[in-house]
Amino acid sequence: MSFLELKDLKIHFPTDDGLVKSVDGLTFSLERGSTLGIVGESGSGKSVTSLGILGLHKGGHARISGEIWLDGEELVSASQEHVRGLRGKKMAMIFQDPLSAMHPYYTVGDQIVEAYRIHHSVSKKVARKHAIDMLGRVGIPEPGRRVDAYPHEFSGGMRQRAMIAMALSCDPELLIADEPTTALDVTVQAQILDLMRDLQREFNSALIIITHDLGVVAELSDDILVMYGGKCIEYGAAEDIFYRPEHPYTWGLLGSMPRLDRERTERLMPIKGSPPSLINIPPGCAFHPRCPYSDRTQGKADTEVPALLETEGGHLVRCHMPREERRSLWENEIKPMLETT
Amino acid sequence: MVTYIIRRLIGAVIMLLIVSMATFAIFFLVPQLAGATPEGMASRYVGRTATAETAKLAAERLGFNDPLVVQYGRFVKGIVAGAEYDYGPGVEECPAPCLGYSFITRQPVFPDLMNRLPITLSLAIGAAVIWVIMGVGIGVLSALRRGSVFDRAAMTVALAGVSLPIFFTGLVSLLVFSYGNPFSFAAQGGHYTTFLDSPSQWAYNLLLPWITLAFLFAATYARLTRAGMLETMNEDYIRTARAKGLRESTVVTKHGLRAALTPILTVFGLDFGLLIGGAVLTESAYSLPGLGKYAIDAIVNQDLPKVMGVTLLAALFVVVASLIVDLLYAVVDPRVRLA
Repeated sequence: MSFLELKDLKIHFPTDDGLVKSVDGLTFSLERGSTLGIVGESGSGKSVTSLGILGLHKGGHARISGEIWLDGEELVSASQEHVRGLRGKKMAMIFQDPLSAMHPYYTVGDQIVEAYRIHHSVSKKVARKHAIDMLGRVGIPEPGRRVDAYPHEFSGGMRQRAMIAMALSCDPELLIADEPTTALDVTVQAQILDLMRDLQREFNSALIIITHDLGVVAELSDDILVMYGGKCIEYGAAEDIFYRPEHPYTWGLLGSMPRLDRERTERLMPIKGSPPSLINIPPGCAFHPRCPYSDRTQGKADTEVPALLETEGGHLVRCHMPREERRSLWENEIKPMLETT
Repeated sequence: MVTYIIRRLIGAVIMLLIVSMATFAIFFLVPQLAGATPEGMASRYVGRTATAETAKLAAERLGFNDPLVVQYGRFVKGIVAGAEYDYGPGVEECPAPCLGYSFITRQPVFPDLMNRLPITLSLAIGAAVIWVIMGVGIGVLSALRRGSVFDRAAMTVALAGVSLPIFFTGLVSLLVFSYGNPFSFAAQGGHYTTFLDSPSQWAYNLLLPWITLAFLFAATYARLTRAGMLETMNEDYIRTARAKGLRESTVVTKHGLRAALTPILTVFGLDFGLLIGGAVLTESAYSLPGLGKYAIDAIVNQDLPKVMGVTLLAALFVVVASLIVDLLYAVVDPRVRLA
């Protein structure tokens, strides 16, 4: 069994307007030391998945089913108190906006000390030393002085470094980063990604990166999972997803990614339409209203939910089109279009 | 931080000056604009039976004929250094801080105010303890159990508390809890024992006024706390705190309540400052001889120096309270220190 395994995870929220199926049958696994990138548009269920793994999906209203196995322990059926004990220690999270994710009234050091002392019964002095040590390791200059600063006294990149220091303070085996670079300057983004890669190697932790930015996952991920409407629609090794993608949605994501190695006169190819409401997911294939090839499915597009099937060697795709047709479309139409210079 | 404190202190002093000018203007300038003559204003000091001649003499002696600026200067000087009143038959000393003499009792106002202050202070402190504990406690529970029966019941009671006037709740609670009723557990109004004489008697006499006053404020604070908690518990840093593996009780108190309480501190400072200047309605309903009752009596008797004294003292309390709140704010919220 892998270090982390999700089996048919479903997280549904009953609301006054109907049932929100944020995560609808997600299955994947992840080993120590490797990185999974979860990609999708806003509202595709990426963040809810990560919160669900930590047991932080909002309160008693959510309906969660399926299995989450972490290092041989099942978490969905475990008691809240037990999962709380794992949070921070065994699995930790880095959030999108480090300014709002840190408490404005406590110093950065206090917040790291707090995280450390929940799981280690040490004196404040020892914990403070550890906090300074962690701040130094994530590349904050003069950590001995900076430890007493408040989050608002840090720059955006420094705050995210501090956030990473906090998340890593208990040496977690699973680290989830939810859009870790979205709120940062482009130059700082690269630094943070480098830092995360280095630290992951050092700590040998499993890493999940959640993002809408394919550039970020290209940088870090071993495997990539593309989510749409709460479901996985394509999953595979990073090379598969970038060089042999088979789902029209993934093509769309690649087409809408700005690239420096292309002519600037060339237009991006955005995906038409907008992501579906998770209350009213379109019948059949959730992507069919936006899919340019939905007429090639022998009428199954809006009636039948396509299954997630392996095309080869661990590469999974959820599409009604026959495999050969997808491949020839990619080779003959999409790839040349993306590569034109 | 030091510049912040100095700025606030200077601001408070300027505020006090403006308040004293405004008060002075209301009591001395407005009557003149409305057509009062110096003789007319002086006649209040010498009694209704005085002849026109004595009134004119008094106006001269009390300085009502001087320019307004000189009068204001004399007024401020009286507060800072004391004053002498020359009524004709003799000169009366009025030691600093001199807020004038009562028309009716011929007693200096300031010592009167100091005698009344402990009563209002006792009322305000006791009520504040009750309303902060009740209001914040109920507010937090309501926010955490949003939409539950407890929340709905608490918010209905709070709405009643905000809406019902004290002269109603005060009299009803006197009727229910005091006047020979089976539930009777509290003293009837009109009694006051100092804390030093007998703490238990002090509390017994003040219990109903405390509860009545606290009901009004607790309702407001419960609503404020609930709204604040609902907002902060949705903040990202609360999610971070949970992601660290903190106990939910620590998340709520150390991270949620800490942030939600900051705006309540501001409201509390101003409410409390306003209240120790005289809880007019409560003191009237329970016949407690505090500053509020003093103000009402002074107004009814048109005893100008008393009214002015209470007004100035109450204004001083509000200004000082808001100064303390500003300073505390910098302690509570590190972001303010930079500003």
